Amino acid sequence: MSLLEVKNLALGYDNRVVAKDLNFTVNSGEYLCIVGENGSGKSTLMKTLLHLQKPLDGEILTGDGLKSNEIGYLPQQTIVQKDFPASVKEIVLSGCQARIGLRPFYSRDEKLLARQNMKRMGISKLRNRCYRDLSGGQQQRVLLARALCATRKLLLLDEPVSGLDPKVTTEMYELISELNEDGITIIMVSHDITAAVKYATHILHIGKKLFFGTKDEYLQSDTGKHFVALEGGDDNA
Amino acid sequence: MLDKLWEYLQYPFVQYALIIGVLIALCSSLLGVTLVLKRFSFIGDGLSHVAFGAMAVASVLHFTNQMVIVMPITIISAVLLLRTGQNTKIKGDAAIAMISVGALALGYLLMNIFPTSSNLSGDVCSTLFGSASILTLTITDVIVCAVMSVIVVAAFLLFYNKIFAVTFDENFAVAVGTKAKIYNLILAIMIAVIIVMAMDLVGSLLISALIIFPALSSMRLFGSFRSVTIFSAVLSVFCALTGIIISIIAGTPVGATIVGVDVFAFLVCLIIGAVLPMRGRK
Ligand SMILES: Nc1ncnc2c1ncn2[C@@H]1O[C@H](COP(=O)(O)OP(=O)(O)OP(=O)(O)O)[C@@H](O)[C@H]1O
Ligand SMILES: [Mg+2]
Repeated sequence: MSLLEVKNLALGYDNRVVAKDLNFTVNSGEYLCIVGENGSGKSTLMKTLLHLQKPLDGEILTGDGLKSNEIGYLPQQTIVQKDFPASVKEIVLSGCQARIGLRPFYSRDEKLLARQNMKRMGISKLRNRCYRDLSGGQQQRVLLARALCATRKLLLLDEPVSGLDPKVTTEMYELISELNEDGITIIMVSHDITAAVKYATHILHIGKKLFFGTKDEYLQSDTGKHFVALEGGDDNA
Repeated sequence: MLDKLWEYLQYPFVQYALIIGVLIALCSSLLGVTLVLKRFSFIGDGLSHVAFGAMAVASVLHFTNQMVIVMPITIISAVLLLRTGQNTKIKGDAAIAMISVGALALGYLLMNIFPTSSNLSGDVCSTLFGSASILTLTITDVIVCAVMSVIVVAAFLLFYNKIFAVTFDENFAVAVGTKAKIYNLILAIMIAVIIVMAMDLVGSLLISALIIFPALSSMRLFGSFRSVTIFSAVLSVFCALTGIIISIIAGTPVGATIVGVDVFAFLVCLIIGAVLPMRGRK
């Protein structure tokens, strides 16, 4: 059975359907990129997959022993207030919150895990710094480290590179790609079709036309050709 | 002057005031950080007005133990206000403004129609701004306050990590399975308890100052949740002690004096924070 299977999913808010008839599967080790125009419902799909929001119709099945709280999540925008005092260490450690259950404090193992993930993301030196004082790229690394503390299996990333400069963007993509090579399944929303085509194994296109398939199939399809021609030109950094 | 202070400290009611002041300052500042960050500080304000209304009802009904009425009403309102605050359809802040101003007006009206003592404006004033004198504090007040404080502080420590997670990023917390709703509920109940506790000492209008100022001061200086929480607790206790002592010596109203010291401390922290580039550090 696959890690995640979505059947006839319809999403939206208060019965206003944003996208419907979504069908796709994600297997362990795959890298799925979700593309589509602004407002096509990509973030809504992410939230629905995370059970932050109820599906209007259809079902989301998890397999391979994936529990619904074993998904790491990187939100599109973390609306952290400008002056929120939180150190990098505190934020990364909060990724372990699902592991502690009703236990009030983090254990030695969880602290170790947080340290390892900070190291993996190259932010060990920043661990006592305040989150609000970091650059956009550093902040994304912190949130990615937090997401890694929450999962060993599946990462959901909603536009992880928005607002980053081209160099940091490439670094971020490489980092995600390394995680994928280490065996973590990735589902990523991206506007950047060039990167999607470069890194992903599968593509889900939502919007007026729906498409789901491997990267190569996508490039052959009409939806794919059209979208690549439309969006690909401006993002060749 | 120290002699005079020492002499005063021998009186039980002064000791009671100091103990209660410290406990309330501690509890309110612990929660203050979260409330400010969650943009819940307005709930504290609204609730204190509700508590005022409830107090008026209790005194009109001649309840000897007003807590019996005030506490449940305030807790229920806290839960309701939190609900509306999260509901995107009803404008949360408008609902809170409505409830709080309504409760304030109703409370005053009740006290006017059914006056319980000849000194109406004195009664209203002390409910709003705290007792002018602290002579009325009893050992029972101290015990009730101590028990409540222990519960609040214990709950805070026990849920500290969850409270941080839910405050920092509620969506992420829910996504990984944390029951954010329950923690919000616990927070709301704790705010209600603190507000009712603080009514006697600082009065309902000034309670939110006690909740907000230490947190804001501390956020000027520190960059991690933990140090902000610890420092705001220390600062708040210090300000409360200073305020009570000043009010005893100078004969000023307790609540207003404590808040005055808090405001002063905030200004000091503001200046230090602007001058020293400490924010990057712990
Ligand atoms: N909280 C909400 N309540 C009601 N409607 C919403 C809400 N959030 C988003 N929408 C609507 O749902 C639709 C899909 O939004 P969504 O954020 O999923 O788009 P998206 O594909 O992620 O867009 P983008 O590329 O800009 O991130 C939009 O029309 C938006 O207006
Ligand atoms: Mg989006």
